[in-house]
Amino acid sequence: MHEMSIAQSLVDIIKEEMDKHNVTKLIKVKVKYGQISAIVPEALETAFQVMTVGTRMEGAKLETEEVPLRAKCRNCSKEFSPQEDDLLIMTCPFCETEFGHEIISGKELYIEEIEAE
Amino acid sequence: MQIPVVRNILEANELIAQELSRTFLQRRILALNLMSSPGAGKTTLLEKTLTDLKGEFKMAVIEGDVQTNNDAQRVAATGAQALQINTDGGCHLDSSMVLEAVNKMDLDGVDILFIENVGNLVCPAEFSVGEDYKVTILSVAEGDDKPEKYPLIFAESKVMLLNKVDLLPYVDFSLERASNIARSLNKDIEIFPVSARTGEGLDKWYDWLRQEVDKKKKR
Ligand SMILES: [Zn+2]
Repeated sequence: MHEMSIAQSLVDIIKEEMDKHNVTKLIKVKVKYGQISAIVPEALETAFQVMTVGTRMEGAKLETEEVPLRAKCRNCSKEFSPQEDDLLIMTCPFCETEFGHEIISGKELYIEEIEAE
Repeated sequence: MQIPVVRNILEANELIAQELSRTFLQRRILALNLMSSPGAGKTTLLEKTLTDLKGEFKMAVIEGDVQTNNDAQRVAATGAQALQINTDGGCHLDSSMVLEAVNKMDLDGVDILFIENVGNLVCPAEFSVGEDYKVTILSVAEGDDKPEKYPLIFAESKVMLLNKVDLLPYVDFSLERASNIARSLNKDIEIFPVSARTGEGLDKWYDWLRQEVDKKKKR
């Protein structure tokens, strides 16, 4: 359950940003996570809710958005997003090279914006 | 009001990890973050490595464990300096735990620091601990579908040790399939089929360690 420590870091960042912008109530926070990052969004939401009880973040909505896996073919250099079933042996749809591609996105985990008043 | 933030959620962990990484560079210590699921034979492999390379390198171990210190005792029996971190149920080591451990250790002259993470293929992959490389140990007894279930760890690892290859005749595991999946996610991954029990294949792993220690000394 590393979502607990991730939620803690999330709360710390929000606290800092809220102070910086002089706002007192958090309404929404938007988090983006990569398709192959080891994040379970439901677990992150639960952890966030539990952790913010009694704070100025209580009741805020945690919105998560998945960033799809994108790869660059090692053979023809074209970029593609593999199908869900094809996620692991990522076959290039252009030249059918099977593995050894470069991952361009899909591993990230960041906070994009907050809404507060 | 909307406030654009765009900050890495794990930035606090990253900052400490960078500090650790600078320490390891200054001291020219090769730091390896060892990850595996429980039962992959990580501690046995480590014991074997520490014993076989004892005459060549000075090695130290940070042992992450959920509760017990059995592994640290096994490691210390090889003569290497070992320090235990109990995560109290936590599923991974983070950089602040490792920093605390490093501050308690005597790292003078150490060539290799092994950071043995908590047995779990999901969470440790997300937290850098200042290592030069992540090393994942997967045993053939676990099935070759493991990389499919836990892609991130294979995408992040520099080395995959496929342990317990002496069991290959008895289990349904394709080395080729597991290797292809790992390479699919990570074109530079080094794959060493080994058996910590029989010693098979360990020479390649040791050669890799020698080469990396050498590289680190010259940086
Ligand atoms: Zn291609």
